[in-house]
Amino acid sequence: MNFTRAKSALLAAALAGSISLPMVVPTMAQEDTIKVGILHSLSGTMAISETTLKDTMLFLIEQQNAKGGVLGKKLEPVVVDIASDWPLAAELARQLIEVDGVDAVFGCWTSVCRKSVLPVFEELNSLLFYPVQYEGEESQRNVFYTGASPNQQAIPAVDYLADEEGVERWVLAGTDYVYPQTTNKILEQYLLDKGVAKEDIMINYTPFGHSDWQTIVSDIKAFGSEGKKTAVVSTINGDANVPFYRELGNQGIKAEDIPVVAFSVGEEELSGFDTTPLVGHLAAWNYFMSVDTPENEAFIADWQKFIGSDTRVTNDPMEAHVIGFNLWVKAVEAAGSTEADAVIDSIVGLETPNLTGGVAKMLPNHHITKPVLIGEIQDDGQFFVVWETEDLVPGDAWSDFLPESKMLEADWTAPVNCGNYNTETKSCGGAVAAQ
Amino acid sequence: MLTQLLRLALLTLSLLLPTQIARAQDAVDIPAQIAAMGEASLKELTQIVVELSSTGDNSVVPVLTALADGNLYLDETSGRVIIQTGSAITDPLTGEAVDLGAEADLSRIRVNNGLRRDISAALSGMTLMSDNPSTRLSAAQGFLAKPDAANLPLLDEAIAAETDANVRSAMQAARAVTILTSEDASIEDKNAAVPQVVAGAGRNAITILTGALSNAPDEVKPTIEAAIAGLEQGRAVWGALQNVWFGVSLGSVLLLAAIGLAITFGVMGVINMAHGEMVMLGAYTTFLVQLVIRQNFPGLLDYSLLIALPVAFLVTGAIGVGIERGIIRWLYGRPLETLLATWGLSLILQQTVRSIFGPTNQMVIAPTWMSGSTEFFGLAITYNRFWIVIFALIVFFALLLVLNRTPLGLQMRAVTQNRRMASAMGIRTPFVDAMTFGLGSGIAGLAGVALTQIDNISPNLGQNYIIDSFMVVVFGGVGNLWGTFVGALTLGVANKFLEPYAGAVLGKILILVLIILFIQRRPRGLFALKGRAIEQ
Repeated sequence: MNFTRAKSALLAAALAGSISLPMVVPTMAQEDTIKVGILHSLSGTMAISETTLKDTMLFLIEQQNAKGGVLGKKLEPVVVDIASDWPLAAELARQLIEVDGVDAVFGCWTSVCRKSVLPVFEELNSLLFYPVQYEGEESQRNVFYTGASPNQQAIPAVDYLADEEGVERWVLAGTDYVYPQTTNKILEQYLLDKGVAKEDIMINYTPFGHSDWQTIVSDIKAFGSEGKKTAVVSTINGDANVPFYRELGNQGIKAEDIPVVAFSVGEEELSGFDTTPLVGHLAAWNYFMSVDTPENEAFIADWQKFIGSDTRVTNDPMEAHVIGFNLWVKAVEAAGSTEADAVIDSIVGLETPNLTGGVAKMLPNHHITKPVLIGEIQDDGQFFVVWETEDLVPGDAWSDFLPESKMLEADWTAPVNCGNYNTETKSCGGAVAAQ
Repeated sequence: MLTQLLRLALLTLSLLLPTQIARAQDAVDIPAQIAAMGEASLKELTQIVVELSSTGDNSVVPVLTALADGNLYLDETSGRVIIQTGSAITDPLTGEAVDLGAEADLSRIRVNNGLRRDISAALSGMTLMSDNPSTRLSAAQGFLAKPDAANLPLLDEAIAAETDANVRSAMQAARAVTILTSEDASIEDKNAAVPQVVAGAGRNAITILTGALSNAPDEVKPTIEAAIAGLEQGRAVWGALQNVWFGVSLGSVLLLAAIGLAITFGVMGVINMAHGEMVMLGAYTTFLVQLVIRQNFPGLLDYSLLIALPVAFLVTGAIGVGIERGIIRWLYGRPLETLLATWGLSLILQQTVRSIFGPTNQMVIAPTWMSGSTEFFGLAITYNRFWIVIFALIVFFALLLVLNRTPLGLQMRAVTQNRRMASAMGIRTPFVDAMTFGLGSGIAGLAGVALTQIDNISPNLGQNYIIDSFMVVVFGGVGNLWGTFVGALTLGVANKFLEPYAGAVLGKILILVLIILFIQRRPRGLFALKGRAIEQ
């Protein structure tokens, strides 16, 4: 009796353990393929956002293979699940490069994921395409940032609110981690430079997955009742958004009174919402599913066919993967090789059409050019574009609004070849070298 | 040529003059303007709204309201502009039902915040004399938000005709604000206006007065400042009460999540890490129930949550019985193994739900009786939180009743206090174990139904509550339902009083530290069980 009990306990424990182990999709042992690593969370907290990106990559690779592959070889995806576990992400990145022998990796969502895999890509000299908007203050030789940097999302959004909506009081609300903190630091400095008084800026951080927004929303309401037009700039991440917007709606805060502009809420996040109370709130992105261009229409149709559902939405990070993937294909074809150094040299300056009718160009700082769009949420979960930049905005790795980074530039072409080149001291090595 | 010029001048004049005078004119071709809305850009729409409202013709009120509410559509096939509310399609001008045929391809005419504001300002002028008191009230509130001296005669006229005391008070406040902000009004008038604002503007009074303060002449400033000071004093008192309410409502959520655990962990002594997943399964059951109702019986949508309650209880209860029979009963008396096994189970359940429903959040529509908020004196109470507090209380007392007044409850207490003696008395202990665990799980399912109204329905839903639930049970005292009750409310209120000072992140940390210190002093929690039972 005791023996069987012990056995079943062991079994249960083993079962529990095996779930948290990485699940690696076995790769086919074929010689003449080019392997592409896909490094996203398919379980855990971030699975909600990242699973779609994995599917996007599979979709892009299938499309490319249908066109004949790259350099006459077929592409072969290698999918790993980082399970929202960042040390595991670094291990799996190493495994992808060393064991599976992939030539490029597309992956990560959170900044902490990117930061933990960075050293691996640097050490093993491989390529990472990172598709999500991020806080900037970084440029690394082996990484291509196809999402927006703050000057391609946050700054234009604040400009829109100040110029078009006449906002004078600002609530910077975010989840407590590196992206909101850095973005809010940049925004606060930018607002102060613009002449906004310190007491007209309220900064608020909440833990991941925060669900009780009563106090904060009533604080925002009180903050907004001082006679000046108020807006909320939200870097609240992921799951915490639903209860936040719900509380706003229930406490009767309408978009006409206090608009919320969000940087992490897109079509995918809204598909789990009853969006009626959200109508009129804003989001700033570089792509919206509702943008009416032939490229976008074709992409959406192909994607929905691939995924087998005509209700699946598309979003901004998906477009970033599309751009990153196309640029990588072009760079490999231009270099005639998938070798990292050759691709890094050939990719800078390459251009590919984005889905909103412009051109994405890889810049020497490994960021790309993007249009900035501001959309208002509609009750069908889509965005109605109310404003967009006239020109494409080049991504800036180091913010010009922070005193410690405004003299820094990133340029991965000769003769500079440096991710944090100090234009004042004319030396590589960042702000520290200047002191 | 001359007549054309004259018409042009008349047209411009009619746009510039206040609404009452413009009412006499009919230079704007209303049907043509409405038809043009279909293909208009945002800028053109703004222009059309200005022209339509300048007619002062009440027949344009429905079309403007529909535009602001997003009910105005263009039929791409016929090029007609129509209003759609629910499934009814009507003509925007005549209000008659329209049959567009099967070919119709409706696309919404989209508006932005700026335009919505313009429309509501335009509508205020037109609906101030409406027959419906609530329309008049919102019109008065529109004037309150956008005071304009040109509207004073209109307001005076409306106040004189007003019969509803509430609406009149709002109108008087609107008039008072207009006087406060206008440049020509005398000092005496302005001073007299201040108390009217305080009386009629409700919670917005501070906003309005603060806004008016900067431009007010020096003689009026003291009056305004005194009024603001008075209002703020009131607000501080109500602010504290508001915090208590927030705390109670957070506490009731904690109570709901923890109360099932108080049975499985508190009464049975099983460390059930999969408790959160029972909550999650309850939420997904609600989602499924609502899906079925939406597709088959749309009329019952408002009651879908009530229907989901028994379903969720039975589903999660049955799963709970299954877990007890399949896993837990082999592990009684071995807490570490139970912990590992149930933790593994929680991961399996999460991933199963993720595989079936996908990783994205699912949507449960809030019934109308759970949306919005009401003002109870100075307290803002949101309906969803209010009903959750009530629901938590009902569940708690129902559970007390079950444990203390039913045969099953008696057997449960007997088995947990002395298993062998209970067995010797003829109680089927395995059956009681299964039922107790099922009851705890079923209550977790009920919590899941309530949580669909305030949280995401995602596979991770349960994880957010498991730690808090254990905290509440341990803090309140293991094995005591009243302990869980008091523990949940105490933690909720403490959290809400810390939050404004320490912030949400630090507040949470402080609460954890306080609980650790408290457990150091009183290892058995707030309400410790006494006697031999606890030694076993």
